[in-house]
Amino acid sequence: MTAVSTATAEELTAAAPARFWDRQRRLGVGVAAIGLLATVLFGALAPSETARFTLSEDAAGAALSINGQVGAIAFGVIALGAGAVLLAGLARRYQTGVLSLGILAFVLSFLCWQVAGKFLPLVDTVSGTLELAVPLILGALAGVLGERSGVVNVAIEGQFLMGAFGAALVGTMATSVWAGVLSAAVGGVLIAAILAVLAIRYLVDQVVVGIVLNLLALGVTGFLYERLMQPDAQSYNQPPKMPEWHIPGLADIPVIGPVLFDTNALVWLALILVFAIHFGLTRTRWGLRTRAVGEHPTAADTVGIRVRGLRYLNVLLGGVIAGAGGAYFTLVATGSFNKNMTSGAGFIALAALIFGRWTPFGALGAALFFGFAQKLATYLSAVGSPVPSQFLNMLPYLATIVAVAGLVGRVRAPAADGQPYIKS
Amino acid sequence: MACAAALLGAVIPSLASPPFVPRLQEIPLRLELRGITKRFGDLVANDHIDLTVEPGEVHALLGENGAGKSTLMNQLYGLLQPDEGEIVVDGVARTFRSPRDAIAAGIGMVHQHFMLVPVFTVAENIALGAEKTRAGFLDRRRARREVLEVSERYGLPVDPDALVENLPVGAQQRVEIVKALTRDVDLLILDEPTAVLTPQETEELLEVMRGLSDAGKSIVFITHKLKEVKAIADRITVIRRGRTVAPSNHPATAHNRTEAYFSPQTSEEELASTMVGRAVSLDIDKAPAEPGREVLKISGLVVEDERGVRAVDGVDLVVRAGEVLGVAGVQGNGQTELVEALMGLREPRAGSIMVDNENLIGMSTKHILRSGIGYVPEDRSHDGLVKEFSVAENLVLDQYDRPPYGNAFRLDPGAVATAARERVEQFDIRTSSAEAAVSTLSGGNQQKVVVARELSRPLRLFIAAQPTRGVDVGSIEFIHGRIVHERDVGTAVLVISSELDEVVGLADRIAVMYRGRILAIVSPDTPREELGLLMAGITDGGTPATGSPAPGTPATGSHAPGTPATGSHAPGTPATGSHAPGTSAPGTSAPGAATPGAATGGAATGGSGAVAPGGGAAASDDDKPAAGDGAAEKGTK
Repeated sequence: MTAVSTATAEELTAAAPARFWDRQRRLGVGVAAIGLLATVLFGALAPSETARFTLSEDAAGAALSINGQVGAIAFGVIALGAGAVLLAGLARRYQTGVLSLGILAFVLSFLCWQVAGKFLPLVDTVSGTLELAVPLILGALAGVLGERSGVVNVAIEGQFLMGAFGAALVGTMATSVWAGVLSAAVGGVLIAAILAVLAIRYLVDQVVVGIVLNLLALGVTGFLYERLMQPDAQSYNQPPKMPEWHIPGLADIPVIGPVLFDTNALVWLALILVFAIHFGLTRTRWGLRTRAVGEHPTAADTVGIRVRGLRYLNVLLGGVIAGAGGAYFTLVATGSFNKNMTSGAGFIALAALIFGRWTPFGALGAALFFGFAQKLATYLSAVGSPVPSQFLNMLPYLATIVAVAGLVGRVRAPAADGQPYIKS
Repeated sequence: MACAAALLGAVIPSLASPPFVPRLQEIPLRLELRGITKRFGDLVANDHIDLTVEPGEVHALLGENGAGKSTLMNQLYGLLQPDEGEIVVDGVARTFRSPRDAIAAGIGMVHQHFMLVPVFTVAENIALGAEKTRAGFLDRRRARREVLEVSERYGLPVDPDALVENLPVGAQQRVEIVKALTRDVDLLILDEPTAVLTPQETEELLEVMRGLSDAGKSIVFITHKLKEVKAIADRITVIRRGRTVAPSNHPATAHNRTEAYFSPQTSEEELASTMVGRAVSLDIDKAPAEPGREVLKISGLVVEDERGVRAVDGVDLVVRAGEVLGVAGVQGNGQTELVEALMGLREPRAGSIMVDNENLIGMSTKHILRSGIGYVPEDRSHDGLVKEFSVAENLVLDQYDRPPYGNAFRLDPGAVATAARERVEQFDIRTSSAEAAVSTLSGGNQQKVVVARELSRPLRLFIAAQPTRGVDVGSIEFIHGRIVHERDVGTAVLVISSELDEVVGLADRIAVMYRGRILAIVSPDTPREELGLLMAGITDGGTPATGSPAPGTPATGSHAPGTPATGSHAPGTPATGSHAPGTSAPGTSAPGAATPGAATGGAATGGSGAVAPGGGAAASDDDKPAAGDGAAEKGTK
């Protein structure tokens, strides 16, 4: 009886888009264009001097060396080739690999041009990238938690600020780094709680609430900074620095060692959370339910899942994580709180979340990429490069626009992202 | 608890003495609703409803859209809480605060709009909410195994690893049923389950329901389709305006005071008039068409949907002046995209759309509307009306910047109001005033506003997509009448509907759409089985040799009383009558001649045509190889 009707005499091809300029070819054109740019422009501008990428701390030590002009042209040609391969058409599963190769070659070509005649300390670059990326990773993970359950969190910036402020204040008063981290988490949760109540319970537009909360955090921390911290920095704004843990043995691995095994707890926390949230979302009951609530809350409700409860839980958890990310600014990066010290990092974290397609590993990759861009910007201004560092600071936003425009992969937000759940 | 319930269930049926005899005595769950009342503001959606579902029973809940069926069931499933009354399961009054409670009490529900997460696999969807874990992680293997077990036990084939968004609706529905069954429910609520199915899929579903009922599950079957009710139900409860309606010869049983059931032997006429509250006739009266010039000519039209899939894949269609061309097909086969392309709402990839030799492609929607094309969109609340606007304003949405209503700079409220009063009268729009917001009107009256607006200018072509979806029976009659009238004054009419009865009733020619293509253009006299097969994409192969209703049976609409011939079987429609797609049903004229005889004979059999129980399904089974043979035969020629 079951075989009667669903089988059809003829299976018509439903999906047969015969567009020539499909996504892969459009990408190919883009990659080929930047490859061409790299080959011609970077190749022409690069002086024919040795570019050294040093592996150890001192400039004279072991290094990877290449002639700047040769490198710029060679990597430019590789990018061009990757673009050509995409244009010619290849199996889908290789697409991401070839695309990444093209972009990597472009970056390397750029570096060869910039570093020619100078040196770039690799260890410092990698560790600097990771350091700049850590708050972005934590912020983006907070976003992942909220948005996968259907609550847009634009208030990451505000959570960073509250976290940074709380860490500095309580850290100084208790003279304990860990008390600082804890109160940073509390600061993040505070903002998250307001967001959750207004967005989930009172159905206020989530983006509007998020923006307002950012302004609130900016105002509150700015006010308290001026009234409390500035007059008496000694007792309110000198938190202890987070200790760096040196793992013997592992820390001696070149490049990776000092970066991963001679560092502070927040770096580890960020990296562990990426794995934890990834496995949590894909493998556990909590994750399945979270995704269901973010995709089709009514369906989740009809099988007895408490939609609003789960959303509260996730937004608050996100607040803890983003708050901890805020602690990084005061306890690791600078050592004291300053007015609006996060200066838009929360928005870059939001961009990393979208660029990373709402997945923990995607967010990690995007955060590292953005961190690298920022690190490179500092390096370039230090060596007096002709490329204004502002261009590299634009990169996260530019990349996000490209991502959201759908050029890089299919960007699909959770279906119920940003929609309050109203029980019929 | 399950044990105690089983004991109770075994005792209770033997104590009660209803006319209905349960099929299996040891079934646990017996459900009683007592005096359920639910109010939304002033509206009483359910007014003291009593209902009993015996173990193993298929209980049909029949009523018009908005009668309160779904509200009642949502209370039973814990999605809504009754204001008054109680839900009694196995003799114990229960309060369901959420679906979780209902599921725990053994009640499952398959919603009209499927409650499946599209990006999840079948197994994930089924496990959701009742996940089994091992060491904190989801036990996927166990979830898969459970799905396969249940699907095998009840004959519901599903692939646990398929993504739900890639499944056809019929399969999604099976997933929903499996989902309920894995939760060990004993009572299954099916809310309008056949609305999205082809006739063949409907037949399969009814078979599944019989199987479940034999396995001891009770089923509450919500529908407004009379034929299905008669084919499957053990007892029928009719709800009208929030109340149960008793049959006129209601036997006062000792067993209860207020419960009122109809037996499946009740005639369709009686059920229809009970449902509506007055005698209805949904046989659409119309004279033979007098087709004139070709007004609309679509050729080679290709339209893509949002995902770049070809939703319309090379459609050729002609609609002549003075005829109704009906497009039949299960929802989601490209009808929406076709209409949107016609109205300039979606840019086609290829092909041409000519109206009186003028190409519509590239024209703005405003221009298309003003060139004499009327359009009733399929979703009135989304596309057809501005809900916050008044009836009067909605009536001039397309004309507001033209005299007499206004010009580019100003609006003449007086002229708008005058016109509105006329239309309200003319189109029988039931509203407190023309100034009332259109959202305060019932679905049927909202639809009349749309129809009134579109029909109050001179038209060459009238396109009506799902013109009576979610509309009460009275308004359906009225709207159908206006459509036929429009045809009679010489307008070309294109009706797109997923209700086969509506297409058959209105159309002079029927184009069957399947996966973006027109599989065939046939006469409305074509046997329903054949139309059903076409809607399922089966173009060639045998016309069912048995079990097909007499061709030419007039408008066997779901609400259509007065057609006792629906049960008749055409004597031996030749199996060789297979035909290629596109031909106008050649083999149908001969059996059609036999109709009168068959009709009289069929009435006595008391079967029910398109949804013939048992025998019909078996017949379809036999037809399957025949269809294959037909295809092979055609291939060798």
